[in-house]
Amino acid sequence: MAADTDKTELLTVSSGGQAMPYEWSIGLYGSRFFQEIKEHKRFLGIRCPKCGLVRVPPRRICGPCFQKLEELVPLSDTGTITAFSIVSYPFIDPDTGVQRPIPYTYGYIRMDGADNIFSHLINETDVEKIKVGMKVRAVFKAPEEMCGNIQDIRYFEIIR
Amino acid sequence: MARRVAIVGTGQTYHKSHRLDVNGREMINEAVTRALEDCELTIADIDAIVIGNMDHFEAINYVDTWSVEGSGGYMKPIMKITTGGTTGASVAIAAHYHVACGLFDRVLAIGWEKNSESDTTAAIITCSDPIWDRFSYSGAIPSLATEASAYMEQYGATQEDAAHVAVRDRTHALNNPYAQMYGRPVSVEDVMASSMLAYPIKLLDVCPRTDGACAVVFAAEGVAEKLASKPAWVHANSVRHAATWFGDVDYDSGMLSLQRASAEAYDKAGIRSPADDFDVAELYLPYSYAGLKWIEVLGFCGPGEGPRFVRDGHTDMTGKIPVNPSGGVISTNCIGATALLRVAEAAVQIMGKGDKRQVPEVKKALATGFGGCWWSDVVILGSERPD
Repeated sequence: MAADTDKTELLTVSSGGQAMPYEWSIGLYGSRFFQEIKEHKRFLGIRCPKCGLVRVPPRRICGPCFQKLEELVPLSDTGTITAFSIVSYPFIDPDTGVQRPIPYTYGYIRMDGADNIFSHLINETDVEKIKVGMKVRAVFKAPEEMCGNIQDIRYFEIIR
Repeated sequence: MARRVAIVGTGQTYHKSHRLDVNGREMINEAVTRALEDCELTIADIDAIVIGNMDHFEAINYVDTWSVEGSGGYMKPIMKITTGGTTGASVAIAAHYHVACGLFDRVLAIGWEKNSESDTTAAIITCSDPIWDRFSYSGAIPSLATEASAYMEQYGATQEDAAHVAVRDRTHALNNPYAQMYGRPVSVEDVMASSMLAYPIKLLDVCPRTDGACAVVFAAEGVAEKLASKPAWVHANSVRHAATWFGDVDYDSGMLSLQRASAEAYDKAGIRSPADDFDVAELYLPYSYAGLKWIEVLGFCGPGEGPRFVRDGHTDMTGKIPVNPSGGVISTNCIGATALLRVAEAAVQIMGKGDKRQVPEVKKALATGFGGCWWSDVVILGSERPD
């Protein structure tokens, strides 16, 4: 069994609080998704010509069919909760290096007209007031505040 | 025609939350030394090494090279494999490929992780898509919690049902001195009273963070019989990777990758009724609810029957298919080693070396790996050399 050595004599070395920024390419259809939100406040999906499924966000290839995708499909800003979790434990956000505010609700939303689901936040952290199957609507930033990223959608709110 | 392959030796560390007394290489060496001792080999007898972990958990990005002194890989062929939670099973399967293809007779598989060296949740978050999923994602727990919430909605399963799974695994861990949670029994009441991490997952529903390593020696037919009195023969392997987008997973139709991987492996190994045909299962169940839903996917019982199957004791040590005699992932989770521990523990059961955690007369054993975005590995071991 590992020796229960006196921990005071066992040292560790810290990496320090280094930051290493990255710059990720969104791609053409993903970029169009954010432009569609800014201009029309609606989601954009894409249909596979082989399996017929509409997926959001739009991407160039259907993974299961290995098929090139081209048919962009405008969607609305509403959907249904298919699964959710209320995150209550503290952790470091690797993108910012600081603790993400908790609690918050992580939700999987089936957008109306889409066949897959979209992951984002839901602004309800009371487990008694949220259920799978509830209808939700996306709440966007003001267009002048939008940056062309996922946070242009602030969260989803439950339609009561 | 692939050669038949068997596991002839296993080794693991005594798993802890913080192993400050060893660095990563030294910790790897403990498992390697025990695996070699188990089959009475020296490192000179090893022809090749496959090693795996999650590089970014320790921020060491060339582990195959960095770990040479611990693994024994000096001047040997080494291959590194990283596939998320499935890493350890992928390492085992790759080691099997090395031997089965006829190029190597004795191959050492190693999985390890030192979770104490970083924020595990932050590290896991970097596995998610940086443009779409990362902003709202908060590591493994909530993505599992979403699956649990959908399963509960679909079949009416309760938090108490899941607590029974956690209690079973933690009770089994009392028989395994290597387990991180060895000597720490819990009750259903303890699980229910533990703090809510992400609804419906509470602290005692989920795996711990562990420093640990595991090593397994694979040998070819003709060699294996001389190295072990009861080799654990590989009867089947199967690997399935699913979507990388969290949103492309269908949470209402079981788990596709595990369905497909187990169906292929069962077919190869001639398994028709899993709960009857297997004598033991070491399943990668990272949280309690998986012990309800995923045993349905594996065909131990029908859809929605998991809670009753577990409560009726069928997965206990004396049940028809004991699950996780080692205590499972809920009792020990050194991530790159976790799925290799499942394979090693299944081999231990076949070889009859399980001491207090031994299930009597194990002839067929099932091991699984889970990881990434709903990926699955399945390994079937048996006491008989396959035809």
